[in-house]
Amino acid sequence: MRIHIKNGRVIDPKQGIDTVQDIFIAKGKIVSIGIAPNEFQASRIIDAQSLVVCPGLVDLSVRLREPGLEYKATLESEMAAAVAGGVTSFACPPDTDPPLDEPGLVEMLKHRARNLNQAHVYPVGALTQGLKGERLTEMAELFDAGCVVFGQPDGLLSNLRILMQAMHYASTFDFSVWLRPQEISLTHHGVAHDGEVATRLGLSTIPVCSETIAISNIILLMKETGVKVHLCRISSTEGLSMIRDAKQQGLPVTCDVTINHLHLSDMDIGFFDSNCHLMPPLRSFSDRDALRHGLLDGTIDAICSDHAPVDEDAKLLPFGQAEIGATGVELLLSLTLKWGLEMRLPLLKTLSKITCDSAQILGINGGNLSVGKAADICIFDPDDYWKVTSNSILSQGKNTPFLGMELPGKTKYTLVNGHIVYEKQN
Amino acid sequence: MNSRNPQLNENGALQHLLTTEGLPVSVLLHILDTAESFVGVTERDVKKIPLLRGKSIFNLFFEPSTRTRTTFEIAAKRLSADVINLNIAVSSESKGETLLDTVNNLSAMNADMFVVRHAQSGAAHLIAKHVRSDIRVINAGDGSHAHPTQALLDMFTIRRYKREFRNLRVAIIGDILHSRVARSQIHALTTLGVPEVRVIAPKTLLPKMVERLGVHVYHTMEKGLKDIDVLMMLRLQNERMTGANLPSFEEYFKYYGLTPEKLSLARRDAIVMHPGPMNRGVEIDSAVADGKQSVILPQVTFGIAVRMAVMSILAGNQT
Repeated sequence: MRIHIKNGRVIDPKQGIDTVQDIFIAKGKIVSIGIAPNEFQASRIIDAQSLVVCPGLVDLSVRLREPGLEYKATLESEMAAAVAGGVTSFACPPDTDPPLDEPGLVEMLKHRARNLNQAHVYPVGALTQGLKGERLTEMAELFDAGCVVFGQPDGLLSNLRILMQAMHYASTFDFSVWLRPQEISLTHHGVAHDGEVATRLGLSTIPVCSETIAISNIILLMKETGVKVHLCRISSTEGLSMIRDAKQQGLPVTCDVTINHLHLSDMDIGFFDSNCHLMPPLRSFSDRDALRHGLLDGTIDAICSDHAPVDEDAKLLPFGQAEIGATGVELLLSLTLKWGLEMRLPLLKTLSKITCDSAQILGINGGNLSVGKAADICIFDPDDYWKVTSNSILSQGKNTPFLGMELPGKTKYTLVNGHIVYEKQN
Repeated sequence: MNSRNPQLNENGALQHLLTTEGLPVSVLLHILDTAESFVGVTERDVKKIPLLRGKSIFNLFFEPSTRTRTTFEIAAKRLSADVINLNIAVSSESKGETLLDTVNNLSAMNADMFVVRHAQSGAAHLIAKHVRSDIRVINAGDGSHAHPTQALLDMFTIRRYKREFRNLRVAIIGDILHSRVARSQIHALTTLGVPEVRVIAPKTLLPKMVERLGVHVYHTMEKGLKDIDVLMMLRLQNERMTGANLPSFEEYFKYYGLTPEKLSLARRDAIVMHPGPMNRGVEIDSAVADGKQSVILPQVTFGIAVRMAVMSILAGNQT
């Protein structure tokens, strides 16, 4: 299929492009930007007048809930949600049931995802077998099966010697290790940030030192092992400043923040809104501000949705018993744009946090609009405000703290490998 | 996102009683004044009045309780309501039924009011949000969050003995961290204009930023009890001892237990309160619990009048 995207405002943060021009696609690749190649006959012309044409978004955390948790969501429902959100590539964490700790499981997931022919799925391999923190997984085999990085999504291993060995082993093959900085013995049974709101509501708490002690341990283990680390889901001012210091020392560390933590604080829990039961917990207003500025100054490298669809019954429980997580892959673009608008940033800068910067962390060849590259493209209307409702979200999970809010930016078309995989119906 | 206070209706009238936080002074005083009128009823030979005749009140106790459940039951019966007690800790939830399913089933049995106790903070809010709009919910204790009727009966007791809130120094002593009673007391006291509310506890039993609730923090009884008019003791729960909060009951009693010697640090006419059940020799010495400054038993009596007041006001605001 040959596609001509006409009159769009082409923004590619990687190349620093922000101009109105045309894009020409053939055989799944971008063949030209600006001038039509000789004898280019488009089989489809997309009129992108007043729309932004940017690289397909790269999301660092989307839970598909497969294998094992299909009652929450399925590959079909969440892949459709991803492309409706303009996301063309994403990492999926290994916390499935069973966890992604065997090459067969990973191959199956990749195979099923490929058959759906929508977004590219990049599984994060489990760092330890069953994510139990006891034995290393076959990382090299898992890599061959399609895992790009290795992680432990629930927090630090209680046995730091095993974590050190896992990091050593990963660094042997130059694999990145993705860790959620959380000292589990300090998180304990906590459900909310240790601050005024939890004190008022009588909720059990998670202190900031649960994050900072974990970051400190990780940084020391990085120095010991030389491994590259990506810190997933930063939540606190103090954690951020430790990462800033580590980066200044030249350590190969990156980190991300979720769309929820970028916009919300523990105040948003209000009268026990279980949609705000998230991990890490929403922290104070000043933490939220520090995260917004940390993203701007580059201490935080990328924004992710931390998409976690939860079935409705699991949220209709008292706050502490309600399941953790929020749907988000369809909100990634809008909430990133909202951050950019509120910080008065040019779109070029804003979009880098969900395109080229996140692609680099994932280590994939995507997130840009170079000629000759696979045509993974998101076309959106930055001025179209839409209301978040259970009907406007395709994901099987309807749980998000942003329900009822009007957000900027609606995806109109999503292209993967030069195919239109999503087209907004009016 | 956040909505209006879920316990008040559009006209600012009490729709549910979930917490003392955010309730206007006028609502608190209305409850206390109404309770005054019921104290006489509880002292009569014929103790029934027909205010809630024909109404069904369900006591939903997802957590064991004898005292609170009994006082709610007595209060409802004195108002001539039909009372159904459900001890759900050993029924539905152990069979896997969710909280809201249980509530919906009982709503279908034509309940007018639910009195709810649950181990999870926010359980009463959740129920209030999802019940039929004509059903009223009274929080009889949710996790560490709130226990508003206890706080109201405490306010009633203080007013009985001290007349005025605006010249008092009040100390709340013990496990503030896990106490729904303490939180509800603090909000009620500060709303009613008590100029100085103190909390006295070791740091392991104080929640973070507790001073933001409008209290002064003390770690010793010697300093904290000076010039105090009202001492509100809290129960130290046995299960807290396993969580590395305290080294031993003995050490706790030595430093924070209320003995006659420590009580002598407060004002001579200070009153001593306790929500019960008491751990004698842990948070309070028998000589104090049974002493002349103790108002612990009158608290229990007033508790019935206050719960009658809350139920009658909620029923009166029923649409």
